[in-house]
Amino acid sequence: MEKTKKRSKGNRMTQDIVFNAVIVLLLLFLIVIMAYPIYFVLVASFSDPTYVNNGDFLLYPKGFTLLGYEKVFEESRVWIGYANTILYTALGTALGVFITMMAGFALSRKELPFRNAFMGFFVFTMYFNGGLIPYYMVVKSLNLTNTRFLMIIISAVAVYNIIITRSFMLSNVAEELRDAARIDGCGDGRFFFQIVMPLSKAIAAVLVLYLAVTYWNSYFNPMIFLTDRSKYPLALYLREILLTVSTNAQSSVTSDASAAAMLQKMSQVIKYGIIVVSTLPIVCVYPFLQKYFVKGVMIGSIKG
Amino acid sequence: MKNTKERGSIHRTLLQMKRSYMLYIFLLPAVILVAIFCYAPMYGVLMAFQNYSPSKGILGSPWVGLKWFETFFNMPRFWQILGNTLTLSVYSLLVGFPIPIILALMINSVESNRFKRVTQTVTYMPHFISTVVLVGMLTVFLSPRSGFLNHVLELFGAAENTYYMGVPDYFSHIYVWSGVWQDMGWNSIIYLAALTGVDQALHEAAQVDGATKLQRVWHIDLPAIIPTMVILLIMSVGNIMSVGYEKVFLMQNDLNIMNSEVISTYVYKIGLTQQQFSYSSAIGLFNNGINFILLVAVNKLSAKLSGSSLW
Repeated sequence: MEKTKKRSKGNRMTQDIVFNAVIVLLLLFLIVIMAYPIYFVLVASFSDPTYVNNGDFLLYPKGFTLLGYEKVFEESRVWIGYANTILYTALGTALGVFITMMAGFALSRKELPFRNAFMGFFVFTMYFNGGLIPYYMVVKSLNLTNTRFLMIIISAVAVYNIIITRSFMLSNVAEELRDAARIDGCGDGRFFFQIVMPLSKAIAAVLVLYLAVTYWNSYFNPMIFLTDRSKYPLALYLREILLTVSTNAQSSVTSDASAAAMLQKMSQVIKYGIIVVSTLPIVCVYPFLQKYFVKGVMIGSIKG
Repeated sequence: MKNTKERGSIHRTLLQMKRSYMLYIFLLPAVILVAIFCYAPMYGVLMAFQNYSPSKGILGSPWVGLKWFETFFNMPRFWQILGNTLTLSVYSLLVGFPIPIILALMINSVESNRFKRVTQTVTYMPHFISTVVLVGMLTVFLSPRSGFLNHVLELFGAAENTYYMGVPDYFSHIYVWSGVWQDMGWNSIIYLAALTGVDQALHEAAQVDGATKLQRVWHIDLPAIIPTMVILLIMSVGNIMSVGYEKVFLMQNDLNIMNSEVISTYVYKIGLTQQQFSYSSAIGLFNNGINFILLVAVNKLSAKLSGSSLW
């Protein structure tokens, strides 16, 4: 009896060791699959076009060169796009965080009459929408198409964000605090700005991250609503540069044949360079914000 | 008697509303934006039953009943488009739903905290790449000659130079698996959050009783995340018809169009490119209606079977 127990314990230990080893190996494999394409883009953007065009496996830049980046930064579209994207992202995120925090706060107050009706009003839109064309017609009838103002307000309110903000405030702003403030004659407005805002930095960080990523990457709304090229965000120019096949539009400008051939050769490297330039800001910032957005998902997963 | 009581409670509500006026002011901007961008389009859905012309507006346009729905159902490409939509969404669900769960269980059972963190950081990263860039990456990686997939396959002896993005049969695989690559890490976060709630005492007790690690994952960790799984499954089923415009639209080209045209991209083309507003609204409404019905049905079913539901 004693012996079989011991043997089964030994057996169990080896099983666990094998289990752990398999998990670690699988995860290592996964890390390679996840990271390599991104790493490849980075390395290829610094490499000599000849190697890149051959489709060589690259572990480090071969024939290190900054030519690709020189071309990228010569491109006026990249600069215009960048400026617009930064404008839309900064203002849109600021506006969105502010509106969402206010709405989340109001909905977290239990004494607010009709608060459930307001919740229903918001939540219903998560399950049903009018569809693309009616949406387009509404924006058009308000004369908002082709305006920067539209690009700033269009993604400011997301119902999911309001719900997580409300959940956060329900569990982090103590009822006693409100009572104490009320006794001291503090109204809802002052309470929100002086007490709730400083207590809600964590949720504000989550909202900033979510909204900034949405604005930075958004391309569909700009595509259907903007006609004026000077208002295009980076994403639209990226689509032009990455996904339209011919780069001949430019080579016609340089009438010199050898320059055109060079540009043709460079096109892959330019593409990689543009991917890096457009994605770098977000990929660099995100590891520092990781703990916040994990928190955001956790708050969101608590039903309330 | 009852009347005075009622009047009293109405009076109290009014008083409370007056006292909370600031909270209503706080709600106002969000309510206005949602009203404009979500509710106003719902009114606009009426044009699906009309012969809408922008100059006459919804109130002035003639009603045509279900004409546009019939046009859509009788269209030769109807079954193709519906089939493509369902293929992409069901395939995405079958693959994209279990993988994040497995990933979360794996990450959760790693003992070294450092390795855990590295895995998380790396697997979340692709989520932040925009759709445009993702499709751009796919296009260059999968292109003939210079793409690296062709190159890898060459090493294994395949000599052909295929333009994978242009092969209709590969479209759904590329779409689904690039989606898995991009979002499996991100989607695992919610399960990892649920797993932090598992009582460690359960694991210790099971260990004393001689359970192996695999058994503990199966019998302790997995049951702990079932409620989360059910909620997310309901949500996914409620979105089954809404294969997004963004990625499909960007991945489409003339070569793969027969397998890549889905309802939402068709709505876009009919509506915004060809300006057939009513027809396009009808197709969109058909799509959203099915989603909504599925959501309600699955939610009801789940409430009955497992007790978990959205509302």
